[in-house]
Amino acid sequence: MTNLREQAGPYFGEFGGRFVPESLIKALDELEATYQTAKADPSFQAELAELHRTYTGRPSIITEAKRFASHAGDVRIFLKREDLNHTGSHKINNVLGQALLTKRMGKTRIIAETGAGQHGVASATAAALFGLECVVYMGEVDTERQALNVARMQLLGATVIPVTTGSRTLKDAINEALRDWVANVDDTHYLLGTVAGPHPFPTMVRDFHSVIGIEARQQMLNEYGFLPDALAACVGGGSNAIGLFHAFLDDEEVAIYGFEAAGEGMDTDRHAATLNYGRPGVLHGAKSYMLQDEDGQTMESHSISAGLDYPGVGPEHAWLKDIGRANYWGISDAEAMDALRLLSRTEGIIPAIETSHALAGALKLGKSLKPGSSILVNLSGRGDKDMETAAKYFGLLDAKKDN
Amino acid sequence: MRQTTSAVLKSRKASGKGSLIGYFPAGYPTLDESVEAAIAMCKNGIDVLELGVPYSDPVMDGLVIQHATEEALANGFKLRQTFDAVKRITDAVDTPVLVMTYWNPVLSYGVENFARDLKASGGAGLITPDLIPDEAGEWLSASDKHELDRVFLAAPTSSPARVARACELSRGFVYAVSTMGITGTRDSVDDLAKQVVASVRHESSSQNTAVGIGISSAEQVDDVNTYADGAIVGSAFVRAYAEGGIAALTSKVQELAANLK
Repeated sequence: MTNLREQAGPYFGEFGGRFVPESLIKALDELEATYQTAKADPSFQAELAELHRTYTGRPSIITEAKRFASHAGDVRIFLKREDLNHTGSHKINNVLGQALLTKRMGKTRIIAETGAGQHGVASATAAALFGLECVVYMGEVDTERQALNVARMQLLGATVIPVTTGSRTLKDAINEALRDWVANVDDTHYLLGTVAGPHPFPTMVRDFHSVIGIEARQQMLNEYGFLPDALAACVGGGSNAIGLFHAFLDDEEVAIYGFEAAGEGMDTDRHAATLNYGRPGVLHGAKSYMLQDEDGQTMESHSISAGLDYPGVGPEHAWLKDIGRANYWGISDAEAMDALRLLSRTEGIIPAIETSHALAGALKLGKSLKPGSSILVNLSGRGDKDMETAAKYFGLLDAKKDN
Repeated sequence: MRQTTSAVLKSRKASGKGSLIGYFPAGYPTLDESVEAAIAMCKNGIDVLELGVPYSDPVMDGLVIQHATEEALANGFKLRQTFDAVKRITDAVDTPVLVMTYWNPVLSYGVENFARDLKASGGAGLITPDLIPDEAGEWLSASDKHELDRVFLAAPTSSPARVARACELSRGFVYAVSTMGITGTRDSVDDLAKQVVASVRHESSSQNTAVGIGISSAEQVDDVNTYADGAIVGSAFVRAYAEGGIAALTSKVQELAANLK
């Protein structure tokens, strides 16, 4: 198994492609051409690297979580701290890259979809930094469970449009963003926030996030002198996961694990475990695994984490699953919330609920690996945005009232 | 004897009348009512019927059609009923029936199976709004095998090479997207429509092309037919039905087809 890193769209095996209305093809072609030119341009890479150094706060550090690891059997656990990036998650990596491309294309307006609000906040941030108009589409359900992030986006100058059609979550926000894009493609770039969607998004967004794995791989070698035995990351659309995984794809000795949201449990129909329970289909412009009924209608997903509550997944993950390079397990809401509390209490780090799926996965994985193994977890986001959900879940608000 | 979509468009164009292509979603508000509505459209002036398949993620559609197809799904529409609807419509009228569907339902059913069952039920072919020729390999084979029409789209932003490809591979007509946007009525049909039609004419002397998106009045239908081979109307019909049932739908069809008689 070599050269998996070389794989680029439009297709990853049978997955990927461009299943979009003809009206969008010119914009996708323009984006692809602009991206390829920029990618080969040292001044673009230098500008992005400088932004990451002076604005994002890269490189992000690696923290060894010793007290947390003691709950995971006899393993060492390392955290790649994407939560320490400006705006609090990995999302900024992609957003800055695409904002630079927006400028190169001479476009003045960006639109974005958001589930948890992290990508929306990151997009609004980049729009403020570059003086771009920004409209964020967000499912009405998500605007309610992530009200704090709505306020953040508005404070940053973005317009947040609650989406009231369909299931009113992330998938419908993407539909609405695509409709906006078709109508405004002349001056608007769709700043898609994950490794899904039509080519070139899965490849381009992966490339922008691959800095996570490139840094982490070098940091492990420099600081500890070895590569981890396993990688762990949460997977919704799959951007933070592919960002970590990509640099390690050709390191055969490194096992790769993605953790999907099993919601209320894999034995229920209230989950978002696309790679475990979906089947191949076309959603939002790409062929990949998706949750769908027998008629090909997209099914509603469920997760306590808005960022993982998506019935599709990026095509490269579908491919990595099918060729057996990566494993994808389900983590329930309850397992994720337990891991959130455990990391908070053992390490003083409050992770996002999305990220907590990867942490819960590492706890499970640790017990199945041979003693002395090491796991590198992508700590993709911080939990500040989830305080209301967590406080309700753990009954902290009631407890305060009782005191 | 039922004529092909292309023959209908060509003969009406030759006689100086032009064509009205009308959209209605299968299963809206129920299967029986949608079949009744579609037959009424065909009997009152529609030359080609575009029967929509309700889908959970209709990215090319505006609110009118979104609401109608959501209602159809909420009322229990199943994909197989598409063939039932096509059969009942084609048993009742001679109008060619094209099914308009997003790609995933076809993929899920199996492209070959879908083509076979569509042909068996009397359907003329498919309009595929989110399937570009580049991704259509399986559909090209299945539609050839079952002699079905396949309607690809040409947009104002399509390059000459892409328009040429759409002309080469489409059968029935090329769907000329009138404007950069989604379905829904608009006060005026964009001048871009003329450019798209001109582009199709430039690439092919024989291919038909019909203009869709934003058409809602008889004046617009007539105007489009001065330069294209047909006008496609969707949201205006669905809205009429939503507001006044089959009576309002029938009178809307008669109104828009009035000058094509």
